[in-house]
Amino acid sequence: MVDSIWRLGCAAHFILLVLLKSVPGFLRFRLITREIYYAGVLSLIIILVSGLFVGMVLGLQGYETLQKFGSESAVGTLVALSLVRELGPVIAALLFASRAGSAITAEIGLMKATEQLAAMGMMAVDPIARIVAPRFWGGVFSMPLLAAMFSVMGVFGGYLVTVVFIGVDEGSFWSQMQSSVDFRYDIVNGVIKSCFFGVVVTAIAVFEGFDAPPTAAGVSGATTRTVVTSSLAILGLDFVLTAFMFRGVS
Amino acid sequence: MATDPLIEFRNVNFSYGTRPILKGVDMSMSRGQVIAIMGGSGSGKTTLLRLIGGEVRPSAGSVTVAGQVVHELGRNELFKLRRKMGMLFQFGALFTDLSVFDNVAFQMREHTNLPESMIRDLVLMKLHAVGLRGAHQLMPAQLSGGMARRVALARSIALDPMLMMFDEPFTGLDPISLSVIGGLIRRLTDTLGMTSILVTHDIQESLRIVDYIYFLADGVIVAHGTPDEVRESKVPFVHQFVHGETDGPVPFHYQAQAYSQDLGIRVESSIQPEIISMNTGNN
Repeated sequence: MVDSIWRLGCAAHFILLVLLKSVPGFLRFRLITREIYYAGVLSLIIILVSGLFVGMVLGLQGYETLQKFGSESAVGTLVALSLVRELGPVIAALLFASRAGSAITAEIGLMKATEQLAAMGMMAVDPIARIVAPRFWGGVFSMPLLAAMFSVMGVFGGYLVTVVFIGVDEGSFWSQMQSSVDFRYDIVNGVIKSCFFGVVVTAIAVFEGFDAPPTAAGVSGATTRTVVTSSLAILGLDFVLTAFMFRGVS
Repeated sequence: MATDPLIEFRNVNFSYGTRPILKGVDMSMSRGQVIAIMGGSGSGKTTLLRLIGGEVRPSAGSVTVAGQVVHELGRNELFKLRRKMGMLFQFGALFTDLSVFDNVAFQMREHTNLPESMIRDLVLMKLHAVGLRGAHQLMPAQLSGGMARRVALARSIALDPMLMMFDEPFTGLDPISLSVIGGLIRRLTDTLGMTSILVTHDIQESLRIVDYIYFLADGVIVAHGTPDEVRESKVPFVHQFVHGETDGPVPFHYQAQAYSQDLGIRVESSIQPEIISMNTGNN
């Protein structure tokens, strides 16, 4: 217990250092752009494919339930709200933690194990400013964009199944969705959620990588911890954010 | 030793937790020389380099580099001092996501505002010095161990440091690569007018290229001298080390209880455990 609290304190101190040393990264923005490519662009395939299938499943299940009450035209609303408010940010963040978070941890951990970080320090280049901060911000910027793409793809998947394959009226599908989804209440809150998840996942990923024991087992353990801790943090934080954001007001 | 010391250790003590590593080390290293620090594994050799580079702080005493007490420097002053140092890590520590060219150019791009055309020329000159100009487009994964060490050497001299530190530069090298690296260290030290410190086990190569040798054992300097003095030394530790003898003050075995006791063999009081173990092994 004491160890966990101590580690939490170390993580908070580390992230504070990352924030303080972020200025050089912003002055040389290509360092952050490169990380957006590695964390964001390379995660696109898994995000888009997953989004499509999640949307298709939502469409199927939503139609199955709603048609019992003769409300199948509301399936567009169900798909869109589920994705924009919850599934988009949460599933995209879980996938991001597995794909990009683990890669960030493994990369930084291996750089430490092979003395690349020590070598950088001996060259009078701060590894936190040069290596950690760009990866942190690359992840933070990528996450909301990935969540948005996940939701868009999910809505398209829902459309494909319910309108194209099952034959739900296209006009009702889109018009009900348009009238039910509020930009500020639903979309902006979803984006805010994904921003929080982006900060949490990349903060965990960079800390675990930097703190990893410099051995094969140490790096492997750190990578596992990143995925497990990030997933739990995403789900726990999602509940807290949902409780604050959505209170039955529409 | 010679005058005008670049580095001075004054009664330096250092420990990892409660385990003492260095106990009252005094050393003085002159400018323009190649100095070797030798000793068994775990004797604290690499720790000496880490103290010089300011990676760790002594628990007592002081390390002075170019007139500055390293552990008293703030972060910015320490980084300023490190720009005048180069360090070759045991396995090169090349940045695996950068090409050979970008590895060597790394410090120039980080610390100078030189135009890219000039950086290109300088990088190719450094790579030419280590015989790898033709490999500038390769990635570290495409290099052999010896080549990676040479690229790392080119990277560490990128800004013409006043001090170079080599951590086990000869480990795992074939005889040709070993001789090439050894020759390069000597040649670069003389050409660039820098000071080089080698932490190594390779006594024969060291005797060939260095100006002065310190022997470290159990955290203290047990002997030091020029290569000729070392060759002639009658100090038991030095003699054992130079001639690679099994018997001497440096034990091969880590401290343990009696071998026979570990194997569960009952030993007659008049018979030595070693004899018993040899007999057992021959059966």
